[in-house]
Amino acid sequence: MKPSIKTYVWLLAVNLFISAFTFGGGYVVVPMVRRFFVEKKQYFTEEELIDMAAIAQSTPGAIAINLSALAGYKAAGIGGAFISCSAAVIPPLVILTFISAFYKMFISNAVIAAILKGMEAGVAALMVDLITDMCSLILKKKSFFLSAMIPLSFTAHFILGINVAFILLFCCFLCILQVFCKRGNPK
Amino acid sequence: MNVVWKLLSTFLKIGLLSIGGGYAIIPLIQEQVVEKNGWISEKMFTDIITISQMTPGPLAVNTSTFVGLQVGGITGALAATIGCVLCGVMISLTLYNFFQAHQKSVYVPEILNGLKSASSGLIISAAFTIILLALYGDNTSEPNFLSLNRAALFLFLTMLFMLRKWKLNPIVVMLLSGIAGFAFYQ
Repeated sequence: MKPSIKTYVWLLAVNLFISAFTFGGGYVVVPMVRRFFVEKKQYFTEEELIDMAAIAQSTPGAIAINLSALAGYKAAGIGGAFISCSAAVIPPLVILTFISAFYKMFISNAVIAAILKGMEAGVAALMVDLITDMCSLILKKKSFFLSAMIPLSFTAHFILGINVAFILLFCCFLCILQVFCKRGNPK
Repeated sequence: MNVVWKLLSTFLKIGLLSIGGGYAIIPLIQEQVVEKNGWISEKMFTDIITISQMTPGPLAVNTSTFVGLQVGGITGALAATIGCVLCGVMISLTLYNFFQAHQKSVYVPEILNGLKSASSGLIISAAFTIILLALYGDNTSEPNFLSLNRAALFLFLTMLFMLRKWKLNPIVVMLLSGIAGFAFYQ
């Protein structure tokens, strides 16, 4: 099925929108992508979104940009990926160009600071909402190995401060080892 | 070497090496941009991090735009940003296709499931940082009951309740909390 011009325009608009409202970058885009691509348009399922988020996270580069490229790719092929990641880059590009000229004025503005402080609480709520859904999907699989991986990687990153790349590599290694062991003693 | 090419190649390298995103890659960018090439000062780099927290967009993209502008104007900004984004997007797409093509293999679904769990843990870790920042501010002192920002806690719980109850649009949440911030803190 060839994607229509309408799909491309939608991708462009939605990615510009998401990117312009994603403060702090990174994981905050995941709930946004979910709302538009999964719930509104049904381009893919929640399960597939978590696949994509895992890949976007495990490859180099900004998670937000990688994820928007993957979402665009899933919705409309390579053209969709190109449009989505261009659209995701434009808002920060424009805003930073503007801000770099007025940095001192911007940072000392009390109104802007108050609005941003309020938005921090909003972002925190969005994250907790997303995490609740993600974790319940994983726990539903009733696999001890997969469920234990969540607190393990959290502890490794938040408390021990281990490098993300190392955590993910180690996780891959554990998965392969687990398959190996399962094959070793067939029941 | 032409400065635009230098920007493009440096940020290609940063993009390729920055696995995990977010604040984990700050030291890498700092090394390349401040220490090796001397494009911007230490102070300016700290400023960029602050700006990144306050504006939309990933830190790496914000930094590349800022540095590109300082060094090579608009063309420089474009070259740096493209360099920063290109590798990640290409590798993501390749990996995604690879996983799709090998779904039948025993290893691929297992690895993908494991990565999903691990990255959920990492997302929780990022959420903790954001929650602490929102509720206690960025003073580094030990968080305790007194330094808890009650207005922020109230706002956080209200938003969370509305999200769970009515599946509010994330952008509506951002707008509402921005307005509330203006009302509370002004």
